[in-house]
Amino acid sequence: MSFAPAGQLRILEPAAAPHPRKAFDTALSESGLFPLRATGVQVLQINVGKVCNQTCKHCHVDAGPHRRESMSRETAEWCMRVLERTTIPTVDITGGAPELNPNFRWIVERSRELGRHVIDRCNLSILLVPSQAGLARFLAAHRVEVVASLPYFQEAQTDAQRGEGVFAKSIEALRLLNSLGYGQPGSPLKLNLVYNPAGAFLPPPQKALEADFKRELARRHGIVFHSLYTITNMPISRFLEYLLRSGNYERYMDRLVQAFNPMAAAAVMCRTTLSVGWDGTLYDCDFNQMLDLPVRGEFSHVREFESTRFASRVIATGVHCFGCTAGSGSSCTGTTAG
Amino acid sequence: MAGYYHQEDLARFGDVGKNAPELWQKFNEWYGAVFAEGALSAREKSLIALAVAHALQCPYCIDAYTTASLESGSNPDQMTEAVHVAAAIRGGAALAHALQMRNAVDKVSM
Repeated sequence: MSFAPAGQLRILEPAAAPHPRKAFDTALSESGLFPLRATGVQVLQINVGKVCNQTCKHCHVDAGPHRRESMSRETAEWCMRVLERTTIPTVDITGGAPELNPNFRWIVERSRELGRHVIDRCNLSILLVPSQAGLARFLAAHRVEVVASLPYFQEAQTDAQRGEGVFAKSIEALRLLNSLGYGQPGSPLKLNLVYNPAGAFLPPPQKALEADFKRELARRHGIVFHSLYTITNMPISRFLEYLLRSGNYERYMDRLVQAFNPMAAAAVMCRTTLSVGWDGTLYDCDFNQMLDLPVRGEFSHVREFESTRFASRVIATGVHCFGCTAGSGSSCTGTTAG
Repeated sequence: MAGYYHQEDLARFGDVGKNAPELWQKFNEWYGAVFAEGALSAREKSLIALAVAHALQCPYCIDAYTTASLESGSNPDQMTEAVHVAAAIRGGAALAHALQMRNAVDKVSM
């Protein structure tokens, strides 16, 4: 089963709920945040495509080895022109497995030449794929921050979400990164892990879980890292399919809505992020990208980028946004109101 | 039990307050204070609640504190051990009453 974005949006509509469900814009209005506006562009998040070596059950991108969408060199060059014309400090490269894009290393090199901080959202197992030989050393040589997915410090939960054998590969990849200096105390080679729940529940408190991860990964596998980011599963694509298939959808959505936190809403990542799709279309975030909700206005392609136009834009929102505002909040760098 | 217990009723717990709102309010305030972080963490309190829920065999409480335990950072290994603690106490309590039986046997025996 795979939903087109329009079908997902129809399911997510509050009017489709069996009982009254608050609209996201209503929650924003009640918090004095409507319309939600950007406060600048601190992060240029480039999604270079949907090709991945894994097929994770919760993936909001619906990524996998079967996907063919991949950013062209021309579009990647437009992204770099955005950097040349602005002082956006951080480039956040995601996918799919972003490293599988043929332009990945060029984007990293060019971004670093321009003096930007670069983040690679890495699934870890990609570091062991034969065609990616030398990837970990390349990342280290360019001082790329690695933000790596590891949903739990136990094999069962990790493999249930990301596929059989992924946990063992992840541990091997983390050891490789540690051997290069990543994650070591005081090291400039930043290694941060991402937890997301292996099911239809919200993430635990970030700090307490980080302490668990540090203790257990060190004790069981001798692995060190810097920070843990807890991220809420978004009701989009494969996770939405899972919620519907397992009969958890209505309850999960009610949970997200009831847990709306105005402080988390004020700090959502889309206010400081601009997201570029594999074809160059601009979005407020990676989730809007997967729902085909581009930035508002007539200019929505990276070749039309104009910093003043996007710095205070009105953000396109929907019911799925409750995923970023529930509890302590959720973003690509973990909680926002914790 | 299916005819009596409905999962969706868990969300309607607040309806209990309709005929005694002051008592409901007092219960809510006390309940909230009990589960706040204190000398015990929210995670520890959720595990205790999960274990007690099993001892009482309350399906609503099992449902609610399974989620609460996961969302406070417990994993299924820890939750299963907590339920075993509850089960051991229930089983042990039953077995300890064998002394009542032995006393009764002694009383009526020559």
